[in-house]
Amino acid sequence: MLKQTEGSHAVAEAVALCRPEVICAYPISPQTHIVEALGEMVKSGELANCEFINVESEFAAMSVAIGASAAGARAYTATASQGLLFMAEAVFNASGLGLPIVMTVANRAIGAPINIWNDHSDTMSQRDCGWIQLFAEDNQEALDLHIQAFRLGEELSLPVMVCMDGFILTHAYERVDLPTASQVDAYLPPYLPRQILDPAEPVSIGAMVGPEAFMEVRYLAHAKQMQALGLIPGYAEEFRSVFGRDSGGLVRAYRAEDAETIVVALGSVLGTIKDTIDEMRDQGAKIGALGITCFRPWPLAAVRAALAGAKRVVVLEKSLAVGLGGIVSNNVRTALATQDTPVHTVIAGLGGRTITRDSLRKAFAQAFAGRLEPLSFLDLDHAAVDRVLAREREVRRSGPIAEALLRERGVPGARVG
Amino acid sequence: MSFQPVKFYQTGTFTVGNRLLPDAERSVQANMRRTNSLNSGHRACQGCGEALGARYAIDAAMNATGNRLVAANATGCLEVFSTPYPETSWQIPWIHSLFGNTAAVATGIAAALKVKAKSDVRVIAQGGDGGTTDIGFGCLSGMFERNDDVLYICYDNEAYMNTGVQRSSATPPAARTATTMAVGSEPGNPFGQGKNLPAIALAHDIAYVATATVAELRDLEAKVTRAMEFRGARYIHIFVPCPLGWGHASHDTIRIARLAKETGLFPVFEAENGEIVSVSKIRHRLPVEEYLRPQKRFAHLFSPQPRAQVIAHLQAIADRNIRKYGLCEENAQ
Ligand SMILES: Cc1ncc(C[n+]2csc(CCOP(=O)(O)OP(=O)(O)O)c2C)c(N)n1
Ligand code: SF4
Ligand SMILES: [Mg+2]
Repeated sequence: MLKQTEGSHAVAEAVALCRPEVICAYPISPQTHIVEALGEMVKSGELANCEFINVESEFAAMSVAIGASAAGARAYTATASQGLLFMAEAVFNASGLGLPIVMTVANRAIGAPINIWNDHSDTMSQRDCGWIQLFAEDNQEALDLHIQAFRLGEELSLPVMVCMDGFILTHAYERVDLPTASQVDAYLPPYLPRQILDPAEPVSIGAMVGPEAFMEVRYLAHAKQMQALGLIPGYAEEFRSVFGRDSGGLVRAYRAEDAETIVVALGSVLGTIKDTIDEMRDQGAKIGALGITCFRPWPLAAVRAALAGAKRVVVLEKSLAVGLGGIVSNNVRTALATQDTPVHTVIAGLGGRTITRDSLRKAFAQAFAGRLEPLSFLDLDHAAVDRVLAREREVRRSGPIAEALLRERGVPGARVG
Repeated sequence: MSFQPVKFYQTGTFTVGNRLLPDAERSVQANMRRTNSLNSGHRACQGCGEALGARYAIDAAMNATGNRLVAANATGCLEVFSTPYPETSWQIPWIHSLFGNTAAVATGIAAALKVKAKSDVRVIAQGGDGGTTDIGFGCLSGMFERNDDVLYICYDNEAYMNTGVQRSSATPPAARTATTMAVGSEPGNPFGQGKNLPAIALAHDIAYVATATVAELRDLEAKVTRAMEFRGARYIHIFVPCPLGWGHASHDTIRIARLAKETGLFPVFEAENGEIVSVSKIRHRLPVEEYLRPQKRFAHLFSPQPRAQVIAHLQAIADRNIRKYGLCEENAQ
């Protein structure tokens, strides 16, 4: 059914169709609308057979999900940013215990300085936590990925994070195709746990493991993620046959067949990138894009194959490994380890900074001209940064960093673009 | 009802699990068919009060629920000594997730059981004092406040034992721990700090709150059994001496626990629906010194020179407990 709706609502409806049995809610922007909508469905009875629990923190949200999942229930929660970090210990624990919880992360920057807008710092900080991480390009895909996430997670007994750009997707009203309950039921079988807390068959879950077996346990976690690489394309294929559209998969190329320059990115910025590529193609530039839908497990072979013909790769990423540079680009470099294709890191959109077609076109043109630095920051106000650095050299008590910058820039946000 | 006076061999205690009693009056531990939920062979120190407390409590809970029980366990001695991979002492479905989230994990289990229409299966969360009063406090308070259907049991050995006896907010004043050293002008843990978790639990207005010690097996079992008659959030705080951390002889665990109660330092009571309904009276009131002396964690109060003032301060705390909870007959109204 086609519907004009908010991204968060679309996701909530998809999650509801997956028949979750325990949902934990803790507010943090921009994730709140998702759990609010689910809470209303539970309260009104529209979503039956489900416990909606208002917890006291994200750490508790994930912990309640852990308990529920271990007791055999399909468990779901959502968070973002500070919330994801606050639950980090439990996030690792959920994957270590092999519990197929599904969590939406409405991607948002991490403070300080506190910032509620979109970038990927939150989920990137958890990239090695053992969860599968899927990134949605638009609201339709966000909706669809949740249905696939339950299927995949439960098959492998691994938790899955569905990452969608905060505000840009969560708060955008767009047309989405909402599946029917029977479609979802046909695609997603009931949850059959591999382990369960059951008095009829008592097991101990979460025992202490020493050096004699810890390596093996971790290896198995890796092996399961490698299995996911094999399963994801098939599940996307099956999804297409049931729902009639392409969603999910490992990576998705755009006008990349003969492209000399390929732009790699995750999430909603792919839309802007594709528009820019169309414009540049019209002017004869051989440029294409590669969208990464599955970031963990890292689809090494798929990325390598997709980038094989490129003369240069530009990775546009919404997160920063402070002291190093790119995170996604480092993963891309692993895929290109045997080739000497230059990989440029362009850090963009941090803390919600708008990524414009104009800026993208300039950056890509620089790449064509061989003038793009290995690491650059899209639309960085170099002068402002330099003034702060100069001031810090001169004045010992130079004050709070963020405030100093804001003083430099005047009205925040007024100079976007 | 016929009345048959019973002669206990261990006079002056309530610890006897007595097999001389009629079946119905025997303790769960005295029953040959007890579940041994925390089975033998675990790695606790000799004389571990926590191992004893957990065994009593969980067997009693199993007995009360017809063996329909699931437990979530915090990181700590109980978790570590009971489940060194690939062995486990637990004969019940049991999960260890983290140090600070046990109450929340139990909430999740209870929620799952509810949607699965398995409400006959009951949920226990358990942890040490550190996992309860400090790092797990937020999750515990949340579980209480939502009135989730969980019995939380705290095994209070008054410090972080598993990591080598560091101070927790349940460590008593003057006690020496690895982080409240017995040096300086005021050795040991400072006065005027710490949390009274049973009182905090009561303040949440939950259905059942009780304290117990491993010295009174029948009382402990009765409280666990009673707790299982309620739905919603419940809390039992069990005083469990730790020979390693407290520096007392392994065979003195029960005696030390009894002394804590008999001096008034650890009030044993039971509250239902927010009101104290029973208090274990002190039978032979003793000065706190009797309790302090056998424990090396208080050795600095007695040598090189006695610290009479500090001991008096601790005595004042015990006296206040006695007045506040009416622990002695003469204080009862
Ligand atoms: C988040 C976190 N912080 C610290 C620890 C280290 N740690 C493990 S057990 C423990 C002490 C447990 O003390 P308590 O809860 O009182 O239980 P006990 O061992 O005394 O029975 C500590 C500090 C941990 N496992 N996790
Ligand atoms: S250190 Fe204390 S609590 Fe831990 S096992 Fe030994 S006696 Fe028991
Ligand atoms: Mg302790």
